[in-house]
This record gives sequence, structure tokens and C-alpha cells, in this order.
Amino acid sequence: MIDILMPRLSDTMEEGAIAIWHKKPGDTVAIGDILVEIETDKTTMEYEAYDAGVLHTILVPEGEQATIGMAIAQLDDGSSTEPTFQPAPAARAQAAEEGGGSTAAAATHTSPPEVPIAADQRLLATPLVRRLAREHAIDLTEVTGSGPGGRIVRADIDDALARPSSTAGASTTTGVDAPQPTTVPTALDDGRQSTAVPFDKSRQVISRRLTESATTTPQFTVTAAADVEDLLALRVDLNAHLASSERPKISVNDLLVRACAIALREHPEVNASYSPEGRGQTLLHERVNIGIAVASDTGLVVPVITDADQKTASQIATESRRLAGLAKERSLGTADMSGGTFTISNLGMYGVEQFTAIINPPQGAILAVGAAQLEPVVIDGAVQIRHRMRYTLSADHRIIDGALAARFLAALTKLVEQPLNIIA
Amino acid sequence: MSIMTYRQALNDTLRSEMLRDENVLLIGEEIGVFEGSYKITAGLLAEFGEKRVRDTPIAEEGFTGAAIGAAMLGLRPVVELMTINFSLLALDQIVNHAAKIYGMFGGQARVPLVIRTPGGGGQQLGATHSQNIELYYAFVPGMKVVAPSSPADAKALLLAAIRDDDPVLFLENLALYNTKGEVPDDDTPAEIGRAAITREGADITVVAYSRMAAIALEVAEQLAEADGIDVEVVDLRSLRPLDRDTVIASVKKTHCAVVLEDDWLTYGIGAEIAATISDGAFDWLDAPVRRVAMAEVPMPYSKPLETAALPSAEDAATAIRQTLAAVARRA
Repeated sequence: MIDILMPRLSDTMEEGAIAIWHKKPGDTVAIGDILVEIETDKTTMEYEAYDAGVLHTILVPEGEQATIGMAIAQLDDGSSTEPTFQPAPAARAQAAEEGGGSTAAAATHTSPPEVPIAADQRLLATPLVRRLAREHAIDLTEVTGSGPGGRIVRADIDDALARPSSTAGASTTTGVDAPQPTTVPTALDDGRQSTAVPFDKSRQVISRRLTESATTTPQFTVTAAADVEDLLALRVDLNAHLASSERPKISVNDLLVRACAIALREHPEVNASYSPEGRGQTLLHERVNIGIAVASDTGLVVPVITDADQKTASQIATESRRLAGLAKERSLGTADMSGGTFTISNLGMYGVEQFTAIINPPQGAILAVGAAQLEPVVIDGAVQIRHRMRYTLSADHRIIDGALAARFLAALTKLVEQPLNIIA
Repeated sequence: MSIMTYRQALNDTLRSEMLRDENVLLIGEEIGVFEGSYKITAGLLAEFGEKRVRDTPIAEEGFTGAAIGAAMLGLRPVVELMTINFSLLALDQIVNHAAKIYGMFGGQARVPLVIRTPGGGGQQLGATHSQNIELYYAFVPGMKVVAPSSPADAKALLLAAIRDDDPVLFLENLALYNTKGEVPDDDTPAEIGRAAITREGADITVVAYSRMAAIALEVAEQLAEADGIDVEVVDLRSLRPLDRDTVIASVKKTHCAVVLEDDWLTYGIGAEIAATISDGAFDWLDAPVRRVAMAEVPMPYSKPLETAALPSAEDAATAIRQTLAAVARRA
């Protein structure tokens, strides 16, 4: 019997959700067969079988999550006639009852995938865990096992070990005689009639990473405005030419990506990341890879246009169109979203005048772009009506100072106002 | 300290011990005029003469028995068995005589005998000439079995084996003869029965000996670089007596272990190590002990099949990764 484990499908992945099982128990599995589709923090990926056999048990059903390394299914390869676990769907509750365990653990949003444990099988925990549980009075029926088949391993009781005093108290409430919660904790009833919508994988990652960015990075913002009359005219011209040769149109954002890439090339200190190595370092990135924040149906994603400084505006247009298409189909791969050195978030299409964005870690800066809007402007002592656009750079002050941010924006504004330099 | 091959370390040590003690003599097939099938005895016949470097007929039982008799009477013979496979022909002499004489006859005679012999596959020598059967001797009380994995240990353990008053099977390995390493200049013998932690680590204990102990170090460095996995390598060095304390102490620190062995899995050295860990570190274990061993087949002659049958660095890395995945620390 072989345990099929939740694989690590991306660098930032910590757990994955089962999207679709392509095999069901009893199905023959050949090496290379698609076993399952797994939804990670970034995308949904197919996972192939590395061993042949017959799928014996699915341990993590569709829609449930598992941490990396947790067994999600068992494959019978003929190596053992006895399955490690007898599937017994009703057994878990029974085991909890027998052990006097609380069912509350199963009601939290981090509830473990249903690991079938036969009624006659004891709770799975390693000898190390059992010893530590004895020494620290930890009730193992309250602990979620992340090892093979749901086995409780040392890593699962880190939290419990970290709070020695409260665990002893907590464990007494789960004794056999203690009153047991009989229902799921009720929804918050505070007059707001709330409904809890659990985070999906990508929301979890956004939440974690942006909290980290906002709370651990000293960020400041610098705003500039540019006259985009010439830029808009150039775009109309360009698209007229492109349309005649049946090439995809270029958006204002594509031109901004290109302009940012050139400005980053001029100011490489902005194309950088903070690193805590040694006593702190500025990591200067040789490549200019620009992420574009895309609001897709499935959430916020940031596909990356690599080497944007070496691509023409029409290449960037083609590339961003392809990435937006993939984002819509939810089939962006890890490679499509990795390696960004700078991000552009553009809310101009919603008529937003200006806003600030939170840095996408570990990048050093992000540009928040507003809409091109008609404004009265004083030119040569006369008021004229011109299209203007505002953009705001959020920068990591550990590596970028205000003057540098201002110089970068000045370079960007110069490009935007003399747009032939963008496509030259 | 000088850099030399495992082969050179053995040759130098035999020579220096023959110079140190005139009771040390060499006996075996093709070790004199031909200077040894693997050239471990190169130059020694010319230097020490036929009295101390004896070529024998192809008769392992006979010359091993003669060496046992010589040892009982005070000489310190070093037998070369061309490969460990041929030790089967001397099995009765080794198991029933060398190992038992001291105990059976009230301590009247000791048997300060060394049997040098290489194990190992990978040379396309076929099923009968590619075995790792050191276990047969490690199984027998009265024997000592040592298995150096580096040139430095080849020297230190050979010094210890020759100076030991009990019969010692000294396991060499065909794949190690050309490996190079630093060897101390001084003649300090190793302590037989003492394992070495050849790499300290925090995440997982890898236990191995002979060729697989060298592989273990390679794999540990690769995993440290590629995955940031911190492997502790325990090189057993001695299969009997077995240094259980060092293995247990390491597992108490890392909470999981993988055993690498070139012999067959079932009833192998790894099984003894796994039992040792279960006995001594049960309450510290966070994952089952895994073993990586040779495929349970007579060694195939075909090169691809032989390669597939032998445990590889990749097999070791996979077992380490899977064990760490099982303790939810790394994929």
C-alpha cells in the first residue's frame, strides 16, 4: 500500500485543496495517469500517479484541504495485503466519543480532512508525540494529525507545547465526565445577520501576504500626475496601424508597463527587494519583471511579464492579453506568476482618480494607476482642457528613499508625456 | 595529513604494521607476485619476502585455517580473501573455529586474526561475485566486523584490527578503493565498536556503513544545498560490536532515521539498526524508521539491471524526503 501525499506544487504552497478526483476507489491507476486536480494558493494543477496500482481509499474528498505531505489517498500496489486503515466513515465520531474527545475541533474552519479510522483502531500518533503529550498533559484527541493517514506528528503539537499552562487546564475540560459541546458553535448573532464565507486558497494567501506587507514593511507613498493627451493620441495611432495588420490592440496599461520598465532600467534601485541577510541588504534585480494585478472571477492574481524592458509595446500587449486569458480560465501556472520585481495595479477603468496600493512582497514598490480624466490645466497662462492621469508609488522605505521614489516618478512622467520614447 | 586513496591507505598501513611488528604476516591468493587482485599488497612481497607475504593455492578453507592456527600460536596473520564471496568457502573455519576457539577452550588461546576482504557490487561481476554478506559474520558472537568508508578510517580501523586480539573481519569495498581523502600521518588506531558522526545535522539521522556511508555524506550535502535539509550521518564503522548508543543518541535528537545498506533488506543490517532505535529511542520517534537496501534478487549481470538493483543516492534522497514529509516538516 502506498500513501499518496499532498505534493508541494509551488514555493509558497502550504496546503492544497482537492478540486477533482479523476480516479475513484477500485480504479486501476497506471504511472502517468492524472489522479487528482489540486487547487493551490496560486492555481489548479493536475497531479499524476508516480506508481501503478489500484486506488484503494480516498482520504481527502473533493473540496477539502490537506497540508503538504499529508496522505490524500492510498494506492494498493500489491506490496501489502493489509490496508493500513480500514475505511469506516462513521468511525471518527465514534472514536471521539470513546476517547471522550470534544467534537468542537471538527467544527472549526481548520478541521482536518476526514481520516477514516476504524473503530477498533487507536488514535494515530507517533511515540514521540505520545511521550510529549503525557509530559505536557496534551489531549491528543484535540489535535489534528498532519502525518500519513492523519497520524499526529511532533509538528502538530508545537502550538500546544508552546502554552504549557493553558493546555493542562484545557485538557481537563475534555475529560470523560466533562460536558461536551453537542452542536456546532452558533453563527455570530450580534444583530448583523452575518454569513461566514470561508477564504479559498488564493484569498488565504492574499490575506497572509498583504498583512505581512502592511505590518512589517515601512511603506510610504508618492503621487504624481502626467498629461496623457499625447499618450492617448499615440495609442489611437498605433492601434489603427495594428488593426490594419490584424495584430492585437495596445492598451494604456501596456504602454505604462513598458514605460515603467524603462524607468526601472534608469533607476535600478527601485527594481529591488529588501533582504534581511547579514545586517540587511538591497537585492538589485538584473531582470525587470513586471506584475500586473488582475481582478479575475476567482480573485486577485498577479501574472508577470518577464523582461518587460526588452519587449516592445505590442509584445507586452500580446503577453498581457494571454495572461489575462489564462487568469480568466484559472489556468495561470506557477511560472506565470513568479519572479516579479515590480507591480502595477490599475483601477483607471473604474474611474478611480487615484489610490494607494500595498506592496506585493518581496518587491520593493508598487504603482497604483488612476484613470485618465479631463481636467482644466494652465498652459502658458491659459486654461486648457487636457487628459491627465495620477499614479501613486508605494515604496519600501528600508531600501527606497523619498527622493529616489520622486526621481523614478519624474522619469516615468517624462516618458508618459513624451510617449514616442516609450515605443522608440 | 596527506591526501590518498583508500587503496593506498590500506597498502601503507599493512606495510607500516609489518615494519612495526615482525609477527604480522600476509596470506592469500595472488597477493605476492601478482600484488593482489586489487593491488592492496603492492610492493610488499619484494620488501618483506615470501616468509611474511605468502601466496596460496585457491583453497580458502585451507589457508584461512592455517592462519587461525598461526594466530593461536602468537603470530598476527592478515588473510586476504579476494572478495567476500569466497569467504563462503572458509565459512566453517571462520564461524566454527576463529570465532569460537577463545570461548570454547577456556581462554587458553586467542585468535588475533584479520580477514581483509572487499564486498560490493557495481562491477558487473555477476550474482556470485557481487554480494554484501558481511552480515553472516556480524551475526556471530566471537567475531568483530569493521567496515571503513573513508581512507582515514581504512587506516585507523586496519591498525585497530591488526592490533586486536580477536578475529576481525575487515570489510573493504570495490567501489571505495579509488576514493580519495585525507589520512592522518600518525598511527592512531580507531576504537573498534565506536561509530562516527561524520556530519552533524538536526533534521534526520541517516545510518550507514562502508560504501553507503560515503553515499550518505554526498546525499546529505545535496539535500542541504537543494532543500535546506539538515542530515546527520552516523557511519557505523563497526558492525560487531555495534555502537548502539551513538545511533540512539542521534535519533533522540532528530526524531527520525533512514538506514542505508548495500545488502539485502530482509534480515539485513538495517533491520538490526531499526530494532536498536525501537529499543532505545521509541519515545523519541516521530516517524517509522525507513531502510534503503539492495533489491532482493541475485545481482544481475546486465549493467542497467545491476545499477537498478543497487541502492543509489537518489533512493536515499527519496527515503529521506519521504520520512521528513511524514513528520510534516518538509516535502
